[in-house]
Amino acid sequence: MRDRLTLSTLGPLAALFALILLGAGLNENFLSAANVTNVLARSAFIGMIAVGMTFVITSGGLDLSVGSMAAFVAGMMILAMNALQPSLGVGLPLALAGIGVAILVGLLAGLANGLLITRAGIEPFIVTLGTMGIFRSLVTWIADGGTLSLDFSMREFIGPIYYGGILGVSWPIIAFAVVVVIGEVVMRHTRFGRYCEAIGSNDKVARYSAVKVERIQLLTYVALGLLVGFATVLYVPRLGSASGSTGLLWELEAIAAVIIGGTALKGGFGRVWGTVVGVLILSLIGNILNLANLVSPYLNGAIQGVIIVLAVVLQRRKSSAEGR
Amino acid sequence: MTTLALAGVYRSFGPIEVLHGIDLELHPAEVHALIGENGAGKSTIMKILGGYLAPSAGQVLLDGKPVTYASGPEAEAQGVVVIHQEFNLAPDLTVAQNIWLGREMGGLFLDHRAMREATQGLLDQLECKVRPDARIRDLAVSDRQMVEIAKALSRNARVLIMDEPSAVLTHREVEVLFRQIDRLRSQGVAILYTSHRLDEVSHLADRITVLRDGAVVRRAGRGELTEDGMATAMVGRDLKDIFPPRRTSFGPVALEVRDFHVPPLVHGVSFTLRRGEVLGISGLVGSGRTELAEGLVGLRPHHGQILRGSAPAQVRSLPEAAAHGIAYLTEDRKERGLLLTKTLRENLTLSTLADFGAPIISRKLEDAALTRAISDFDIRAPSREMAVGNLSGGNQQKLLLAKTMLPEPEVIIIDEPTRGIDIGTKSQIYHFIDRLAREGRSVIVISSDMPEVLGLSDRVLVMRQGRVAGELAGEAIRETAVVRLVMGTSEEISQNA
Repeated sequence: MRDRLTLSTLGPLAALFALILLGAGLNENFLSAANVTNVLARSAFIGMIAVGMTFVITSGGLDLSVGSMAAFVAGMMILAMNALQPSLGVGLPLALAGIGVAILVGLLAGLANGLLITRAGIEPFIVTLGTMGIFRSLVTWIADGGTLSLDFSMREFIGPIYYGGILGVSWPIIAFAVVVVIGEVVMRHTRFGRYCEAIGSNDKVARYSAVKVERIQLLTYVALGLLVGFATVLYVPRLGSASGSTGLLWELEAIAAVIIGGTALKGGFGRVWGTVVGVLILSLIGNILNLANLVSPYLNGAIQGVIIVLAVVLQRRKSSAEGR
Repeated sequence: MTTLALAGVYRSFGPIEVLHGIDLELHPAEVHALIGENGAGKSTIMKILGGYLAPSAGQVLLDGKPVTYASGPEAEAQGVVVIHQEFNLAPDLTVAQNIWLGREMGGLFLDHRAMREATQGLLDQLECKVRPDARIRDLAVSDRQMVEIAKALSRNARVLIMDEPSAVLTHREVEVLFRQIDRLRSQGVAILYTSHRLDEVSHLADRITVLRDGAVVRRAGRGELTEDGMATAMVGRDLKDIFPPRRTSFGPVALEVRDFHVPPLVHGVSFTLRRGEVLGISGLVGSGRTELAEGLVGLRPHHGQILRGSAPAQVRSLPEAAAHGIAYLTEDRKERGLLLTKTLRENLTLSTLADFGAPIISRKLEDAALTRAISDFDIRAPSREMAVGNLSGGNQQKLLLAKTMLPEPEVIIIDEPTRGIDIGTKSQIYHFIDRLAREGRSVIVISSDMPEVLGLSDRVLVMRQGRVAGELAGEAIRETAVVRLVMGTSEEISQNA
């Protein structure tokens, strides 16, 4: 095993278990199938994005635009489905068209970020700060400051994408699990994952080792864009609408989950399963605050903030110990 | 009369004792050379002398009185100045800003002009052509070393501790450095000097202390110890055969380069290389040696002809170079060669990962490759899972060599094969290079280390200002001839060659 069982690897896991115990102790409904499904399904959107973000951050990049991108993708998906409904009618073809549009828009948005970063050589922070504003502004403009809503009949039709499932496990959870398993395998056992870590550790060494640095970096942004597309496909059926505030602060939650999970913010080391733990920790805090009337749910952000800072402090400890 | 001395100094890191009762005296107007292999304890001694580490037991004496410094700057205030091997320069500040950092001239407002002028004066002393306004980031490594030396000179040191200052300097710069050392010595400064280049030590040192495994094994005055004697004392065994015997038979031409340009630094270079041959490339830093090598493996845009055997080869990228069996080992092992935070295995296979299974990398194949590399190149690592950054320089270099050799290249270009490596490991690497040549491969060795070029090469190509200044073979490979070509003082040799 590459991960030795140290405090920093076990830290996030221990925190997750502590939260589960705390939740179970505070409210008997916490471990009910309904609540667990609810938490996991809500985690799925951020979770899938966070898996993509893990690769971006591991290879030394950053993407601040994913929340806005999700809103933009949702907006385009709804717009396209409403526009095509008269010709395709309510049914599977229209649903597939919507899914196709969402995935395509996500891919193109990721490609745009990636090309600006790798071809134009602009800092990832600057590029995605820019596209973050652009995507969100476009959605608000298209929605004319209001909400883009899917036609009611179509909303009924695609509802099961979020609410349905097999054997009691809902689709978002299944999709999330599939993405995680693939992500973990790609990160740890394929060239792509190894190259991401190499580039994040030292891109010059990677270049001198015949790694196609720009191509790998570009691919991480495209993959992230794709995952934003997938996440949006699962998200739109939940509410059937998109607005300027869709996906607000998702980028921060995704980045926070990656960091809490033990991936180094400066790149070079990525842990997909850690990211999953990070996502679950963040969702559970919100869930527990809602269930137990202990602390006001309005303090959710504050508690999440403390956890993020704590996680980075732990990381620092670890790296300074290694530096000895 | 001693300026700075150690008396019975011990030092432990955790449970491991690395210095076992060191006595060392630095006298005014003397150069004291401290030599030893990597890990012998030189750096620890220098850190203790410079106030960066405290001894676990024993005393540091300044002018005969025991002192304890809280920090390096406190020692500096007492006139004890260290020139660090790893540069302590802020990359985004200018040369002048760095030299006066923390001791800026002026009152409420900085006196930029005075600092610039003082900096210019220091740089002129060092015959260094860097501008005081240049940013450290834009400087070559050797220039940074000169700035570091200028910074030390600016402090009016009574004791100057120099940690391998010549490791990254060219021949010409080393000569300037020696003149400055002579000047400081005549002014009464006590100097501690360390270097892996024993010729420098015998030239400079008034006193030599040889360290091995944290203890002093030999003390000698000027002229009492030959270079061989130093090497033997350092290693603890006889090192007659630092260099392997020369090869005598060569195969057909493996690589031919015709009218090769790497704009803007390399112009019209042509040479041939036979199988089983070691070609040395000498020249100053900035003479285009590294750029030539990087052009030949497709790391830099170039034009001109490369022939492998008799077939022309297109090399626009590292993978294309690899396809033609050409490999390059970079001079900058820490910033371009190895991922210091990753394990041996991850480093070894990085450039040939596609050979280890797709889409899933086979851990088994990787581990087998590492096992082979460890035994082929005698890599000594306490653990296979440790970060490469924690290996000694010599073992890092062996790993880098193993990594470069993994795709079995036929032409290997090695840039500075032994920079910052102790003599024992150096010799090992020379024998590895010899083995590669005897296997029928062709090796190009680019080096600033003159004895290395002389001792290793079957033929020497000297570069000056991006062009081939001359070529020497067989008996003609002599230090004076190479230096003349390097400096450009002998046109007739370059024409005859």
